[in-house]
Amino acid sequence: MDRRVIPAAAVAAREDVGPAKPSRVSRREFGSCVAAAAAGWLMTACGPRRLHELSKDRLRARLRDLEREYSERYAAPVTVTDTPAMPNVLFAYALDISRCVGCRRCVYACVDENNQSRDPQVHWIRVLQMDKDRGVDFTHADPYYAPREVPEEGHFYVPVACQQCRNAPCTKVCPTGATWTEPDGIVVIDYDWCIGCRYCMAACPYGARHFNWSEPSIPRGQLNAKTHVLGNRPRPKGVVEKCTFCIQRTRDGRYPACVEACPVGARKFGNLLDPDSEIRYIIEHKRVLVLKEDINTVPKFFYFYAT
Amino acid sequence: MNTFRLYSQFVTGSVRLVLQGNRAYWAWVAFLVALVISGGIAYTDQVRSGLVITSMRDQVSWGFYIGNFTFLVGVAAAAVVLVIPAYVYDWKPIREIVVYGELLAVSAIIMCLLFVVVDIGRPDRFWHILPIVGHLNFPRSLLAWDVLVLNLYFLVNITVVTHILYRAFSGRHYNSRIVVPLVLLSIPMAVGIHTVTAFLYNGLAARPYWNSSILAPQFLASAFCAGPAILLIVLQLLRRFTTFEIQDQAISKIAELMAYAMFLNLFLHGAEAFKEYYSDTEHLLFTRYWYSGLGVHRTLVPYAWSAVTLNVVAFVLFIIPRARRHWIALNVGCLATYAGCYIEKGMGLIIPGLTPDALGEIYEYYPSMNELRVAAGVFALGFLIFTLMLKVAVPISLGEFLSQDEHVAPAPAAHATAP
Ligand code: SF4
Ligand code: SF4
Repeated sequence: MDRRVIPAAAVAAREDVGPAKPSRVSRREFGSCVAAAAAGWLMTACGPRRLHELSKDRLRARLRDLEREYSERYAAPVTVTDTPAMPNVLFAYALDISRCVGCRRCVYACVDENNQSRDPQVHWIRVLQMDKDRGVDFTHADPYYAPREVPEEGHFYVPVACQQCRNAPCTKVCPTGATWTEPDGIVVIDYDWCIGCRYCMAACPYGARHFNWSEPSIPRGQLNAKTHVLGNRPRPKGVVEKCTFCIQRTRDGRYPACVEACPVGARKFGNLLDPDSEIRYIIEHKRVLVLKEDINTVPKFFYFYAT
Repeated sequence: MNTFRLYSQFVTGSVRLVLQGNRAYWAWVAFLVALVISGGIAYTDQVRSGLVITSMRDQVSWGFYIGNFTFLVGVAAAAVVLVIPAYVYDWKPIREIVVYGELLAVSAIIMCLLFVVVDIGRPDRFWHILPIVGHLNFPRSLLAWDVLVLNLYFLVNITVVTHILYRAFSGRHYNSRIVVPLVLLSIPMAVGIHTVTAFLYNGLAARPYWNSSILAPQFLASAFCAGPAILLIVLQLLRRFTTFEIQDQAISKIAELMAYAMFLNLFLHGAEAFKEYYSDTEHLLFTRYWYSGLGVHRTLVPYAWSAVTLNVVAFVLFIIPRARRHWIALNVGCLATYAGCYIEKGMGLIIPGLTPDALGEIYEYYPSMNELRVAAGVFALGFLIFTLMLKVAVPISLGEFLSQDEHVAPAPAAHATAP
């Protein structure tokens, strides 16, 4: 049955380069081939592209450029990796509300690990103090609580960062495709492609996205020099940034900085696809909730009550 | 007829027209240029230090710029609403002023695009949203839709007006085979640009204040008051300062249409307010922030009530036939409509939508001096473009500015340069 298709195409091709005017046609074909190739080259190869569209070589070169630039600016040997997602991994987070004491150590561990701007201050994690008698209620949450000692009587604490939504409104609205979900479930931003329109900030129901309103500043000695291109590398002014589940650590099999910093062990992290993981145990055995469940963002950040 | 010669005549003639005018004209132009320069300086500062010199922050991440953008999309959309009676019903008195409606739409779109440019954090990367060279996230992102429809609408309008005016200049009637389909197309597109802009906010479940299906109709209703309000004032000025004739009948007809649009606008706002207050869910917060403030946070309350008052006043004035035929009442009504809709869109849509923020924090936004200067600069540039376009368009429609090669019109060459 193939025989009928192939000869037909062959015949057509032969007619195209018929003997009558072979040179003219082929010249024209050659010309249009060159034009198409040039256009294609212009479209794909010329000028910067989104990171995940770059060829391997160009990406390498870009990373080396970044390393040089940062090393110079911060007078330290900075590495910028692009470690890809591991197969069969879908990262998820769980936070024990009954244990969190609201000490905000996670906030500052995150700042140090992820090179957030110190002035103006950028915090990817916001810890909200809530009244026990109201439950999880954002309209009465206080992000600026400052008692002498935590936890405070009658209150509990809900730290909020990017919920790594499976149905992420932020990636949907972005006009340039500068933000997307990686295969391991981490929602990332290409800082070189974001135009700073802040549509994603309007769309995020968790206030998880933060804008660089001015040039971010990190004092020289304080830079975390081990960076990932989609994660904690220094950001420029005028773009949006957010929690990436410490992509630079977790893709190397380590825990996020906030998990390590939490003094009461309220924070858990792991692979949702691994049936033996702690995260799966929690989801299957504890009382679990996600924030703003009604708007169907389907977070991979779970809150639970261990006690 | 040599096209090139005709064209260069058109250009030099236009330049000459633009450079001629009385004191009032030059004072107006100088005023606008001064505002543009001040806006330019403020914008340079903004680019240098970042958007930190605006009052926007993570909590209220869009502010005055995007409010103005939204308002002006409405103006652009509404300017063309006059086209409906003109072309569909072939109603003579309005037909003559259609060109001005389209010129207004063109300048409004220019201002819209400028407001988007001054709002983004990385204007140097603007090309990232262009299809092919960049990457336009179409059809998922509503902002991508907005970029497309706004630019298309701009192209349609600019094509129509240039065609009509250029043809009139060369003493010929416009080509109906080009103009009529494009004008007819611009009607649904006008509705389209404002609907898509409404959907931009409407589609965000994270912001309950916007996430109501009444938003797009509300946008259209308020636009169909504000756009014609500007046009009515412009038309009266034209009548006053040029020999251009506009019938009273046309003006009072437009005012009547505005009264209906304003009624719809007030009605839709009332419907929304009823839903919020009666059901009294946690989503009421945003509406309350606008109308009565939350605790000590009451920055927007005076704006809310002045908008309501202005809109009601405008409605009352325009619904009374005697009032809308009286020129003082008419102009008071226009200003009230304009101001009312402007406050409603500029402050009343974006800011309560984002306050309290997604985590319940109240950050009271109020535009900074720098934002006000940049915005004034953008408005001034838009008005300047509009003024200059009128300066050329009016003599053309009056038959005073004509190609000298064809003597179709009675106007002698000397008149071509009359102010
Ligand atoms: S929490 Fe916000 S930033 Fe994170 S994925 Fe969801 S919408 Fe996007
Ligand atoms: S701010 Fe950046 S990431 Fe966010 S929607 Fe705009 S371009 Fe996309």
